[in-house]
Amino acid sequence: MTVSLVLVVIMAALIACGVYLLLERSLTRVVLGFLLIGNGVNLLILIMGGPAGFAPIYNEDLDPAQYNDPLPQALILTAIVITFAVSAFLLALIYRSWRLANADDLTDDADDVALRDGTVAMPAEEVAFDADDTDFPAEASR
Amino acid sequence: MIAALVPLVVLVPLIAAALTLVLGRRARPQRIVAALALTTVLVISIVLLIGVDQQGAVVVEAGNWPTPFGIVLVVDRLAALMLVVSSLVLLAVLVFSIGQGLADGDDETPVSIYYPTYLILTTGVMVAFVAGDLFNLYVGFEILLVASYVLITLGGTQARIRAGVTYVIVSLLSSILFLSAIAMIYGALGTVNLAQIADRMSELPIDVQIVLHVMLLVAFGIKAAVFPLSFWLPDSYPSAPAPVTAAFAGLLTKIGVYAIIRAETVIFPSPELNPALMVVALLTMVVGALGAVAQADIKRILSFTLVSHIGYMILGVALGTVAGTAAAIYYIVHHIVVQTTLFLAAGLVEREAGSTSITRIGGLLASAPLVAVLFFIPALSLGGIPPFSGFIGKLGLFEATAEQGDALAYVLIGAGALVSLLTLYALVRVWNLAFWRPAADVEGDESRLLRAVEEAPDSTATLAETRATPRLMTLSTVGMVIVGLSLTVFAGPLYGLADRAAQGLDGSSDYIELVLPGATTGEGE
Repeated sequence: MTVSLVLVVIMAALIACGVYLLLERSLTRVVLGFLLIGNGVNLLILIMGGPAGFAPIYNEDLDPAQYNDPLPQALILTAIVITFAVSAFLLALIYRSWRLANADDLTDDADDVALRDGTVAMPAEEVAFDADDTDFPAEASR
Repeated sequence: MIAALVPLVVLVPLIAAALTLVLGRRARPQRIVAALALTTVLVISIVLLIGVDQQGAVVVEAGNWPTPFGIVLVVDRLAALMLVVSSLVLLAVLVFSIGQGLADGDDETPVSIYYPTYLILTTGVMVAFVAGDLFNLYVGFEILLVASYVLITLGGTQARIRAGVTYVIVSLLSSILFLSAIAMIYGALGTVNLAQIADRMSELPIDVQIVLHVMLLVAFGIKAAVFPLSFWLPDSYPSAPAPVTAAFAGLLTKIGVYAIIRAETVIFPSPELNPALMVVALLTMVVGALGAVAQADIKRILSFTLVSHIGYMILGVALGTVAGTAAAIYYIVHHIVVQTTLFLAAGLVEREAGSTSITRIGGLLASAPLVAVLFFIPALSLGGIPPFSGFIGKLGLFEATAEQGDALAYVLIGAGALVSLLTLYALVRVWNLAFWRPAADVEGDESRLLRAVEEAPDSTATLAETRATPRLMTLSTVGMVIVGLSLTVFAGPLYGLADRAAQGLDGSSDYIELVLPGATTGEGE
């Protein structure tokens, strides 16, 4: 299977930049990273469809091998729609997060912070018993 | 005849979602449509399960396109069983949320998006279970994930947005990995149909197989919350509304496990990665249980036990034997029901006591004895105490593991027993502090009644009266507890069904023969 080297390089660059951005704490950069990776993966699907060919519309004069593989394109179309919907939702989520926290940053979990700082006081279970409360007060008092 | 019912499990909730969206401003018809739709789905699933168990699996070609070209829906015993259990759980959670919504005065809000989103979630779950090709499985995952993004951030409070951001980004990463795995598989094999993939996989060099296998496992592992990919779950689940957490905890991770079962039995029946999976199962069990012990909030404790018990299912799958898969299937059914019940009970606790932090609540045994019972029974079941279904599931798993008989297997049995003790310890701690401890012992105790009296000393209407737990919430939890108990009563037939389902998954030849009649293994193109 021959594939276009240009497409492979573009895909690699998109995914590499996307991963770098995803690792940032700033949420806007995370969205941008997600968009880049999403497009990179779409290119990956396209590359996996094999070499370029004619549009897959039936034509008597063409040998079937000359058509482009239509299935990856259908898959990409679905993936694009999903990416589009999710990024719209993500933008709304980040806007809301910015309104609430006044920062374009990932907020720490309050419970995690409390656990890390050791400020979560674990209630001690009562183990001492009342000597008057047992059937053997004499033994208990010994 | 039965085949005609298969698309309905997807279509009914989808159409109902559209209807509830149209009825957005009328709460009552919305609730009726949602409840009716889920009841219908439950009935259809039960019919499908009975039919499939008696007459064998059903394959439906959507739009009559022949199999490798069109979309194919496959319902075998495993899928049918999952359909029944998940529609039952979804219905119970819906009833619970209707009760909660009614009590919280939902009628006043202008547009309710809860019911449409919940029905879309149902659609996604159903698509994932009946999908016969990898890309359809991906679409099912995306449908349920997008719905879950909306549900987990419902209301848009600070805690939920924070949890939602983590959840959404981690889920997106797993989706991207899944999509790239699909692309790679298509590049290597030229198909996304599960049966065709299984048929052609053996032609690939072994190293390519392992790369594809690991990619799929990582993508599914994030969804199933398998250690070390489980970090997101205890962070994001507890802050969502109680019924949402219950549905997520019961179903979403199990769909990941279901996908792992499909991958392990149909696509990659070869045992190369099984030892690695067993180690992962061990770590998932132990780390999850230790996390549960360290927490002080009921919902967080339950989230960690959820992670730890995913380890048991992975163990069953990792064995790669019929007995192991059968035990894993029974364990999945048990865990979906019991974990959902526990989260619903936690929702009742939150309602009764106003908090789920065990440092701040106490005396619930006296003030709400029914809630105490509803928490206690599933807690014992999850901890693996004998008469309950958790014990039966674990026994089956340990027996299947002992059959393998090497050192690693016995380490896993030991760890499994230890983890069930730790689970019991974590849950008994909840019991002792939240239920058994007298309310007066709680530091800085603020009872509802006291607050109400302080706020309005002369008023006779106390807050306790207006915040009474709605009957529907209790009713649906009681129903789930009864379902959980019936898993014990009908353990024989159910385990037999799980066994038959596992036999159908022994090696990929049955599945290939089912979907692509006439194709023989290894022939390919």
